Amino acid sequence: MNGTPRRRGWEGITDRPAWAFWILAGPFFAGLVVFGHLPLLWSIYLSFFEARNTVTPTEFVGLANYARMLTSRAFLDSLLTFTLFALFVVPLTFALSLGLALLLHRARRARPLFRTACFLPAACSYVVAALVWRLTIFNGLPSGLANTVIGHFGAAPIAWLAVTDPPWYWPVLVSLRLWLQVGFYALIFLAGLQRIPHSLYEAAYVDGASPGWTTFRHITLPQLRATSIAVLLLNLIAAYQAFDEFYNLLGADGTYPPYARPPLVYLYYTALGSGQDLGRGSAGAVILALLIAAVTLVQGRLLGIGRGPR
Amino acid sequence: MTSGSSPMSRRRFLGLAAAPVAASFATAGCGDNTGRPDGDPGTLVHWYHQYGEEGVREAVERYAASYDRARVRVQWTPGDYATRLLAALQGGAPPDVFEYQTKVDLVRAGLLEPLDDLIADVRDDFSPAALAIHTVDGSVYGIPQAVDTQVLVYRKSLLDDAGTEPPRTWEALADAARTLTRDGRKGLFLGNDAGVSVAGPMMLWSVGLEQVTADRRPGFADPAAASAFERLRDLYEEGTLLLGAPTDWADPAAFVQELTAMQWTGLWALPRIEEAFPGDYGVLPWPRFTEAGADSVPVGAFGAMAAAEGGAADLAKDYIHWLWIERTDLQEDFNLGYGLHIPPRGSIASSARRLASGPAADAVDYVDELGRPSSPPEWTSAMDAAFKDALGNIVKGGAAPREELERAARTVQDELDALFD
Repeated sequence: MNGTPRRRGWEGITDRPAWAFWILAGPFFAGLVVFGHLPLLWSIYLSFFEARNTVTPTEFVGLANYARMLTSRAFLDSLLTFTLFALFVVPLTFALSLGLALLLHRARRARPLFRTACFLPAACSYVVAALVWRLTIFNGLPSGLANTVIGHFGAAPIAWLAVTDPPWYWPVLVSLRLWLQVGFYALIFLAGLQRIPHSLYEAAYVDGASPGWTTFRHITLPQLRATSIAVLLLNLIAAYQAFDEFYNLLGADGTYPPYARPPLVYLYYTALGSGQDLGRGSAGAVILALLIAAVTLVQGRLLGIGRGPR
Repeated sequence: MTSGSSPMSRRRFLGLAAAPVAASFATAGCGDNTGRPDGDPGTLVHWYHQYGEEGVREAVERYAASYDRARVRVQWTPGDYATRLLAALQGGAPPDVFEYQTKVDLVRAGLLEPLDDLIADVRDDFSPAALAIHTVDGSVYGIPQAVDTQVLVYRKSLLDDAGTEPPRTWEALADAARTLTRDGRKGLFLGNDAGVSVAGPMMLWSVGLEQVTADRRPGFADPAAASAFERLRDLYEEGTLLLGAPTDWADPAAFVQELTAMQWTGLWALPRIEEAFPGDYGVLPWPRFTEAGADSVPVGAFGAMAAAEGGAADLAKDYIHWLWIERTDLQEDFNLGYGLHIPPRGSIASSARRLASGPAADAVDYVDELGRPSSPPEWTSAMDAAFKDALGNIVKGGAAPREELERAARTVQDELDALFD
């Protein structure tokens, strides 16, 4: 009460913003530098060296690793695989999560229950889900869940993950990712929907607009612009980084089939798995990172990220 | 908004580059590679992969505990053992002692300690095939622990019902697979990838070829190999191969659960098959394909090895000598007490009763007469990956065999050039 109180312990620290900042953010920055930036720089360094079976290479090879990766059919195929995967996954995730969010937004009863139910798969690990998909739902036996269902319609059992013509592994891969991530993105959309002021709709009704497609097209979608861009970007980057479900659905016994091999799976086998060629693996990782950056920039340009609401 | 998926994905993305580097950072700070405190040189770290048979883990821990010249810490490693081991070797933090295959690229990188002096006195007692797998330029880098082989297992009663003889040629095998595919059961199981990861070497031997020739050139870019792999594709397309089974070829579950009438699997699986169908099964080698080729079984043997960079190489070698050369009782227990493996030393194998009769004895005979190293030291994992990619493209993708094999041969030649010039 009288005079300045003595500052002690946490009280004192929290009063000095710089201290508090470094105590709270320091461990995070340290982790980011040690496990993020340094390996990243090291990886770029490795990409210019002949680095088979070593992380401390001595033979400088310039851009040879890059040239080998860019002319490697397997690496280019992996980029094609990713493109196919993204073509399926990104629009489907967008449409399904937006639809789900609209349904949840309109739910009158038990909204928290539905919301939780939709989000729950996002809490499931990709590895666990991949095992469930592979062993119970989409195994090749007549007794598998998917084969039982198509059996009711008179179709013969399909070895989902082992058949390449037609490529039945795509429905397995895509359905798994949709199941895992649609609920998560729906929640993001739901947050966006809840921020749209109701007065906008009321004004539209006064002007004679009928609820439904018109208001969705002219109010809901434009208002969700920022959210939509974020969902698209996150989705595309996540698709580039696809690894877990591919590795666990199609990989076996330390090997991976030459089809449906996304970039990270290919790089994993090149650098760490069977290949042990860290130079080429790092070169591939750098190419991939540049590609993601470029696509993100172009997309940001087209969609107008950071321009703020109009 | 980004807190849900973005940092997680970024971590995964960087994890690719981070893993080996993080390992090197972990060791940069401490002068001693095993993290052992100075002044206590008496602790060894010994890595095993995860054996499927019950009791092996307890057994190897018991062996380690009874070594009295040092304390031995056993690390049992489930999952992708090869990747973890290679990362540890390259990251500069290798285990002192581990089991693996001898590979010429590891030797060239100076990661393995030569073990010739350990084995000098008893060299003749070891199976030549098992020793060959661990020999590079005349030096032995791994003491064979257990010899394994793979065989074609068939159900006698199912073949009898179908009026089919046990197949001794490729044509007979394809016919039998066709005939035995009935009653919701498939004829043959070569793994969930239609044999791509396991059948390659045998297919080559069956037409008289090999992975790498004696003059160190790729031996498979050949029309005979192309036509053999084309026939594997036919088999795959006919729908007589079991695909999408819950476990892969190394595990006898598909055979035991009667999902298939014949399966390519390991000698180690025979105890479980005997339990399920006592006396109602037989074993065969992979049949020859052409007159130029031969029946074959692949032979593999994990060896006990010491890391060259380990600070305790001498102690590690003493321990390996004690466990895998002196203590023949433990070697016998390891090979025959749990699963079923062939002891690499003739003096132990010849007295093994479990290998003296029935299909197991047939398998041992095949190893002696038809066995070939499935993964010789000069066949590195990078070559294996290129070869299996080609096979996968041919068998499952329907790609042109000649082109695929030639492309793989170029990769193999590059690797060989880098390793032997």
